[in-house]
Amino acid sequence: MLKYILKRLLLSVVTLFIIATVVFLLMRLMPETGYFDADEYDKMDAEQIEVALKAMGLRDPIPVQLFRFYRQILSGDFGESVVFRPHVEVSKIIAQKIPYSVPFGLASVGISLIVGLALGTLMARFPHKLPDIIGNGYVVFINAVPAAVYYLFIQLYISDILHLPILYDEYNPVSWILPAVSMSLSGIASYAMWIRRYMLDQMTKDYISFARAKGMSNRKLMFRHVMRNAFVPMAQNLPANILYTISGSLYVESLFSIPGMGGLLIAAIQKQDNPLVQALVLIYSSIGILGLLLGDLLMAVCDPRIKLSRKGGSR
Amino acid sequence: MKQVKLEKSIEAQIAQYDQNMLFQQAEYDANEAEQGGYSNYSYWRSTWRSFTKNKIAIFFLCLLGAMLLFTIIQPLLPNQRNPNEVFWVGTAPDMNHRPDSEFWFGTNSTGQDLWARIWSGTRTSLMIGVIVGLLRAIVGIVIGAIWGYVRRADRVLTEIYNVLHNIPNSIVMILFTYILSPGVGTMIFSMCVLGWLPMSRFIRNQIVIIRDREYNLASRCLGTPTRRMITKNLLPYLVSVIMLRISLAIPAAISGEVFLTYIGLGLPVTIPSLGNLINEGRIVMMSASSRYQIIFPAIVLSLITISFYVIGNAFADAADPKNHV
Repeated sequence: MLKYILKRLLLSVVTLFIIATVVFLLMRLMPETGYFDADEYDKMDAEQIEVALKAMGLRDPIPVQLFRFYRQILSGDFGESVVFRPHVEVSKIIAQKIPYSVPFGLASVGISLIVGLALGTLMARFPHKLPDIIGNGYVVFINAVPAAVYYLFIQLYISDILHLPILYDEYNPVSWILPAVSMSLSGIASYAMWIRRYMLDQMTKDYISFARAKGMSNRKLMFRHVMRNAFVPMAQNLPANILYTISGSLYVESLFSIPGMGGLLIAAIQKQDNPLVQALVLIYSSIGILGLLLGDLLMAVCDPRIKLSRKGGSR
Repeated sequence: MKQVKLEKSIEAQIAQYDQNMLFQQAEYDANEAEQGGYSNYSYWRSTWRSFTKNKIAIFFLCLLGAMLLFTIIQPLLPNQRNPNEVFWVGTAPDMNHRPDSEFWFGTNSTGQDLWARIWSGTRTSLMIGVIVGLLRAIVGIVIGAIWGYVRRADRVLTEIYNVLHNIPNSIVMILFTYILSPGVGTMIFSMCVLGWLPMSRFIRNQIVIIRDREYNLASRCLGTPTRRMITKNLLPYLVSVIMLRISLAIPAAISGEVFLTYIGLGLPVTIPSLGNLINEGRIVMMSASSRYQIIFPAIVLSLITISFYVIGNAFADAADPKNHV
């Protein structure tokens, strides 16, 4: 097991290294006007621009730039923001924004787990009856309609009906409800769908009939057998979901004007703030890789039949 | 007792016939010999039959068909306006004109006819959705099939996948829409660059599961070439899941367009699309009297995506031969 984890971690480092390179090269494809303020740029002539670019090290050959970039990362220095918030350290910008995004993210993971599992169980208990039909309608709606659309309608009408504030206010906890709920909607749908399908599949299995024949109560059967089995595939996504909460939610944060991480990456790309983009991409990629690894481990813990270190099947 | 009687009567009946009348030597006919196991079963007909049993799916299919047809014939109808023409009241543009008998869906904040813009936008969005959905599916299937079937390619493609998969998809979409000039082509391209990854991974996993089943092993031992193995042995097995994936990829691509527009990298406003219209509607939605500008496009968009989603799910169920009985 330990050997397997070490091997995975080593591979992850290589992958991260490649991603860093790819993103660095992609950023060099962007037009150079983005390295300056728009006003500043208009006032400068070609020679001044050239000098400024040289000062930033952008006229060095690409390999030289790449090596400088690697050295920076290895020493844990992500550089300073260029355009987004000039001369502020990237790590500082990120550190300011994360505390806004994480609580909302965690709240939404919690809500989706609890409500999603409850809804899915309810749907599986009464298949093709009213709860199931309503639940399925909800799942189809959430999966089919773009998030941007239903978020807008929540902000427009639900806030009116329930008399909740439209925008986020740091000091007013009531205003935290709508964003957290909005963020949970898609999670609820996917958990409910999955739990329902799995429970219905398992109901006809032999071991369930056997447990029932032994006289096990329905409740005990659900929680001890069906839930535990159904939880295994969900365990794979859970760590990644929790880790990804620091990236925030783009739609929800911009709609309710929460100053979180959500729009940061896109704002940074649009303003061509290279150091910020590189740092964010590296952070998000490491989260993704780490989340996948933790998910696999959690899955192995939940289900002792899964063995990670040996490859099964036909190979 | 009874049985003995019955046998006797049968024997008596047979005795009436001559041996030659009972059994006739058939002449050998190569064509007829082939027809031995003929049955009336046709895969697609059975699929269609079990699909039509799902009334909700049929309803959405009709709805989608009607909308598709209408987006095509709408510009040919009389009294239709140009989606980009600004209408004037005296010297001021006829802005935020509420829906009435003249402007069925009202006008937007620049004074353009929302009815014309919505149908033109639906055309654009549907086109983007279908092309992106199909391109992603085709590239994904081709690469996924090779990845899953050819053992030597597995290691290389897995490593490539790991790298590409970890680049956030939105970065690539944003970069390409940003570098290239805005337009429908750019949009389709940027959504397809990495969009095929989930599809190819999915196909690969499916193929790995079935590639060493006995019937494939037998085919391989008989020397069936790889190409034929993939197209005749493996992919037909996956038709239902592939169809499901494609029909879900179309609404996903339409949502993708809405997303790109939302973050400010969509099509220029001169090319109306549903994403564009929703974005325009969002700007004015805070005043209650202009809310129709977001409600109409949102309804059309939701109807389209829900239709594709429901039809896709129903079709995938119908395409599974286990449900044909």
